Amino acid sequence: MSSPDRSTFERIAAIIADTANVDPAKITPTAHVINDLGIDSLDFLDIVFAIDKEFGIKVPVEDWTEQVNAGKAPAEKFFILGPLAERIDELVQAKNA
Amino acid sequence: MKLEYFSMLDRITAHDAESLEAEATLPEASPVFDGHFPGMPLLPGVLMIECMAQAGGWLMLARQGFARMPLLAKVGQAKLRGMLKPGALIRVGAKLTHDGSGYAVLSGRIDSDGQMAAEAEYTLRILPFPNAELAALVRGRGTELGLPA
Repeated sequence: MSSPDRSTFERIAAIIADTANVDPAKITPTAHVINDLGIDSLDFLDIVFAIDKEFGIKVPVEDWTEQVNAGKAPAEKFFILGPLAERIDELVQAKNA
Repeated sequence: MKLEYFSMLDRITAHDAESLEAEATLPEASPVFDGHFPGMPLLPGVLMIECMAQAGGWLMLARQGFARMPLLAKVGQAKLRGMLKPGALIRVGAKLTHDGSGYAVLSGRIDSDGQMAAEAEYTLRILPFPNAELAALVRGRGTELGLPA
């Protein structure tokens, strides 16, 4: 499934479409992964697992959620697809550093 | 094994950071067998899944020092290959596929009498214990099964 020629967003979008059976037209950089795509928490687990595998990382969902719940970061930083792709890029860069 | 209490495993025979092996003997009699099925007692397939999930749960508990509670969230690719009868000795294995943030993906299998009886891939959510009492009970049960406290 790994396709380095595609952008991170495109790779995440493909994972979401395949894993949660979401209409690809709805998967845009401004879409909220939960609120806009109708993804429930179990599908979200599957998506995170697929992202972990695709990029060889461990997406720190619990840490992100804690940051949002504590008011330390806006939810948009992690759960809107465009910024999410940026966070994934950061995790991949940190892993390869 | 005490089916009515969902106490599926009798002892943990081996474990490391990535895998765990356990054993259990099916009871000779149980209300579960009275209904499943009259005159043809078999361990229900859903309880085979439960055996595998509990082995994976103990693996994750040991791996995380009993700090958090694993709960079965998803079962995939389950194959129930054999029929397990009262009195059968089963060996239940769990292997960690991926330790994620708040979840883990594992594979499991059950062997009995030299044959694979079941296999599955499954996902556990890893959540905080709701209270200290349950955490202590789980730790105590883990010690009884053979895990270090």
